[in-house]
Amino acid sequence: MNSALVIIILALTLSIALGLMAKRGKDMSMEQWAIGGRGFGGIFVFLLLAGETYSVFTLLGTSGLAFNNGAAAFYLLAFTALGTMTSYWILPPIWKYAKEKNVVSQSQFFSSKYNSNGLGVFVAIVGVLALIPYITILFKSMGILVSATSYGAISSNVAVWVGMIGLLVYVMVSGIHGSAWTSTIKDVLILFVIVFLGIYLPVHYHGSFGGLFQSVNEFKPQALTLPHKGLSVSWFVSTVAISAFAYFMWPHNAPTIYASKNAKAFRLNAVLLPIYALMVLFVYFVGFTAIVELPGLKNGDLALLELSMKTFDPWFVGIVGATGLLATLVPGSMMLMSAATMITTNVIEPLKPGISDKSKAFSAKGFVVLLSILCAFFSMSGSETLATLYLTSFSLITQMAPSLYLSLRKNNGITKYGSGYGMFVGVAIVLYVTFSKTTMASLFPSLPSVIQDLNIGIIALFSNILVMLIVSFFTKKSLVVELKS
Amino acid sequence: MKPYYILAALPFIAILGGAAFVNKIDPYVLGIPFFLFWISFWAVMSSIIMFVIYRLDPLNKEVEE
Repeated sequence: MNSALVIIILALTLSIALGLMAKRGKDMSMEQWAIGGRGFGGIFVFLLLAGETYSVFTLLGTSGLAFNNGAAAFYLLAFTALGTMTSYWILPPIWKYAKEKNVVSQSQFFSSKYNSNGLGVFVAIVGVLALIPYITILFKSMGILVSATSYGAISSNVAVWVGMIGLLVYVMVSGIHGSAWTSTIKDVLILFVIVFLGIYLPVHYHGSFGGLFQSVNEFKPQALTLPHKGLSVSWFVSTVAISAFAYFMWPHNAPTIYASKNAKAFRLNAVLLPIYALMVLFVYFVGFTAIVELPGLKNGDLALLELSMKTFDPWFVGIVGATGLLATLVPGSMMLMSAATMITTNVIEPLKPGISDKSKAFSAKGFVVLLSILCAFFSMSGSETLATLYLTSFSLITQMAPSLYLSLRKNNGITKYGSGYGMFVGVAIVLYVTFSKTTMASLFPSLPSVIQDLNIGIIALFSNILVMLIVSFFTKKSLVVELKS
Repeated sequence: MKPYYILAALPFIAILGGAAFVNKIDPYVLGIPFFLFWISFWAVMSSIIMFVIYRLDPLNKEVEE
């Protein structure tokens, strides 16, 4: 066993210990396990929101996208800066409503707002669907991470299973309190590792950032701007737009939002989170350094790790690996917990009214295990890059945004049918395009490339909004007729 | 709707509306190609603008329960 692996295993043990410590002395009802009894201050909310954004995807997927597709990767910095600003206006009303109505999950938010348990069930399903590619990213990264840092001694499939069990143990013992503490360590580590690698690697190989970009410009100039076709400007703009729009729509953001003590925390976060996103810039530097230094590399998702292994001693590769592992555990545990809470509040409770808190927690945890196993299998079967999976998950989750945003207005003109059918159409379009591997270009060969290059998520989003408005218009009328008669 | 909330639209216009015009390598700013610089600059501006809004908005002066 090399020193890199020793450090990674130590990090796993430490985070489980932290989870256990955070739990001690607290009565873990569903509300405690999931949303920490609504008692988190501004800094904890910041750490958790940042903790959910900066996952192992930031390390491996972002550098991989920069390595493979160059400037296309800049969309990540752009949408994070724009998306986090919306926290100022979107989150306070969501938080306030959730507090008044005792809401603990996103699906429950919808079912309560639209007064429809059917819609709650549907939102829970859409949320879990969108989380599947995201959790798959985490498991896939875990496999890449451990197999690379063990210098091939552990296969990536074995790594995925071991990592999955580690994550499950972590989720079972800790709940949101454990995630908040581990999140603190993880955020410090990931910031340090990213900024260090992003400065050291370009300076070590090219003398300066300017030197790095000059070399990239000579070696692969097309990497520094968006191409005319494919991942073009219209792809960039549509992708940034839907991703920013979807920023806080994640089921695993919901518990963090509800866990806050007050609304001011969200307005403060709108100030802090955009500039914090600059961290991603340093990941681009790593990806671009790899373009010049590892020209033979086939799998871009390995760029950051391969370059670290080429440059540093195993112990430091271990630090990078341990950071990656923590950056898997924290968001992973938040995602699994939120999926479980949605299924419990909107599927199990209505089916079995009067179920005890203990059995609720038990069924939630059972669901966590099932979902993890499913995602572990997906992570071993597909050959998509991390960035492709990430784009799919955002195209799906953004479909929740229109009816959630509009439900925050005083007079919401959208009905439960409008919300449900709109989302259904949006999600169906994304799923069809993803599974049939069609593109706009193959569907509509005669359209100009400006339209062909649009992210399919935005086409789905417009269809969603259109259906939502039309259906709401007609169902609203019939409701009025029903009331009159 | 407070009038200074409009400030928050600037980064959206700059990034979404500006992308087509700034998708180029030259000029380099601080050694960084222009397109990447533009996005990074507006990420910083987003925080500055939100800070201004935060300070102007009387909502944040109230002591919350």
